[in-house]
Amino acid sequence: MSPALLRRHTAALALLAFLVIFPGISSEFWTYQIGAQSLVLGAIALSLVFLAGYVGRVSLAQLTIAGVASYATAYFGINGVGVGLELPWPFTVLVALAVGTLVATLIGAVSVRTQGIYTIMITLAIAVGFSYLARQNYDLFNGFTGFNGVVPPTILGIDLGDPDVFYYLCLAYAVLAYLVVLYVVRTPFGLALQGIRDNPRRMSALGFKIERHMIAAFAFSGVIASGAGVLNIWYFKRISPDSIGPGPILNVLIVAVVGGLGHPIGAFVGAVLFVLLETFAIDLIDRERFRLLIGLILLAIVVASPDGLVGLWRRGAGGRPRSGLSLSELLSGRRNRPTGDGRKAPAE
Amino acid sequence: MVRRPEQAGRMSTLSVTLHQYERLKRSPAGWALLAVGTLLLLWLLLIVLRVVFEDAQTRRFLTVTLNGLSLAALYFVVASGFTLIFGLMRTVNLAHGSLYLLGAYVGYDVSTATGSWYLGLLGGAAGAALAGLLIQRFLLSWMPRQELRQTLVTIALTIVFADLMLWHWGGVTYQITPPDYLTGFLRFELFGNFKGYTIIRLFMLPLAVVIGLGLWLLVRFTRLGMMIRAGVDDQDMLSATGVNVPVVFLGVFALGSALAGIAGVLGASALSVAPGEDVRYLLSSLVVVIVGGMGSVGGAAVGALLIGLVEMYGSAYAPTYSVVYTFVIMVAVLAVRPQGIMGRPA
Repeated sequence: MSPALLRRHTAALALLAFLVIFPGISSEFWTYQIGAQSLVLGAIALSLVFLAGYVGRVSLAQLTIAGVASYATAYFGINGVGVGLELPWPFTVLVALAVGTLVATLIGAVSVRTQGIYTIMITLAIAVGFSYLARQNYDLFNGFTGFNGVVPPTILGIDLGDPDVFYYLCLAYAVLAYLVVLYVVRTPFGLALQGIRDNPRRMSALGFKIERHMIAAFAFSGVIASGAGVLNIWYFKRISPDSIGPGPILNVLIVAVVGGLGHPIGAFVGAVLFVLLETFAIDLIDRERFRLLIGLILLAIVVASPDGLVGLWRRGAGGRPRSGLSLSELLSGRRNRPTGDGRKAPAE
Repeated sequence: MVRRPEQAGRMSTLSVTLHQYERLKRSPAGWALLAVGTLLLLWLLLIVLRVVFEDAQTRRFLTVTLNGLSLAALYFVVASGFTLIFGLMRTVNLAHGSLYLLGAYVGYDVSTATGSWYLGLLGGAAGAALAGLLIQRFLLSWMPRQELRQTLVTIALTIVFADLMLWHWGGVTYQITPPDYLTGFLRFELFGNFKGYTIIRLFMLPLAVVIGLGLWLLVRFTRLGMMIRAGVDDQDMLSATGVNVPVVFLGVFALGSALAGIAGVLGASALSVAPGEDVRYLLSSLVVVIVGGMGSVGGAAVGALLIGLVEMYGSAYAPTYSVVYTFVIMVAVLAVRPQGIMGRPA
């Protein structure tokens, strides 16, 4: 790494160094309960931020995709309820990623036919519908109880379930996903996606296949969400329809919006804040009133700073937003104006 | 245009027949014939129904169909408010389910306090309308035409409302008692073996039709309806003609919310109400309007019928995957007509 590059990324490297030595300077509670959980939640939110910020589609089905991967991990791996078939762990993970990505692609194929606010509606309907299905179905999802006793495998004598090891696994995954997102948005594919976000009609006239790009974007975000889904079930050791129900579905949106929809790092900022609040709100307020607090925070952020805390901080620091979205353009929908009232752009 | 002979001949025969029919219709003999014929038909129908309802499977089918129709009626009342608000303002009000729940709770409180179901219905509608009015006046009107941001605000409100209502009304299940003549079963004695059906649920069918007709008359024939239709097409021009668009918006938002409140009271009377129902009815509204077509009240009716019936047939005859059928319909409609069955293409 050249000295110039090193200077530009001082803050990022310092943060990374801090995260690497974090288990050494903190207790297991902080490493595992706060650290690992924030990283996994952040990775799920990252897949939403990618879609919202660079593709212009707010999908509420990202937790559902993670949930599908979680269910696949449980069904095709070790679990405590005796449903499904047990495969060796590399296949369990591969099958989980494949199933999650497949579902993401299907959701993409359904929802790219519409755009803007319609995507929210359709993905919300799919996500809530899936949790109802998981509750009704006993053959694949083991109904209301779901799966429990899903433990991470031991690889080459290293138990992935060990708190420190699991933290590093989550950290590695989160950093990898983050860097891949930053890389992909700079590739011709990523630039085409941003072009489609800003002006689908013009991109279509230039010969880009809009629907195919969109479906590919959903599939890519699905890979990120699926990986996070595998880690998520290893973290909680269980999954039930409630954990992919309406509340958790909105939590992912809250994390992404509070962090900043246009900024990939915002997903992790939001996740840390959310996990901290969830853990410590019990000391500040009545445990029962946590949803109220989180709802009010979301409301305040959407009203005051549509691009979240990261946007607020960047504006405070006087910098220009790096994502290519200027402030609330994404949320105001101004960029979508030329295509009319939110329906699919004509002329494929 | 040259008419071919055989065509002309057929037409003249037809007109003679029509002429004879017209004469017959006006004579007393004709009337008598018509009356006897109608009675004969009804009697035949009754015999057929009696025979048909000997079979338990058929009786079950009728009950399931009525379940589906009454659920469709409820879905229609919820979704019509949702689609009305969207049609004019392009606001996807994801707090619509919360307004349903609020209407149900307020309706319960009012009807228990006053002992009148109708006052409860009125109270539920007024409570939801007031909440909707406040949402539009103090939150959504601050971010006009920022559709995504408005949607996020309504999502935040869903979370806040759900917790506030849980705080106030607790996690208990409530049921509103309808007036005496709407409680109990309606027995179809003439149908032989058919045991009957809950009156309050049957009552929802004509009520939904009345609400639908009322909305149609309002949008089609009144001055307000004219403004709404003009606003759907071009808000700027409507504003330029001197109409106070924000006030129209407030009125429509209150009307749409009131419909959610009415549906809440109906739902709480015919079924029951508990926390979590807000998401359920939000989901049904979403699916109904996606299938029927956003912004179209007729579409909401078609979508509600389709979804209500499919949901009930599904849960009666193939319960394991009953949720899936609803979504198969949604996906199929999106694949063929992305704008919904009765939606207008952009």
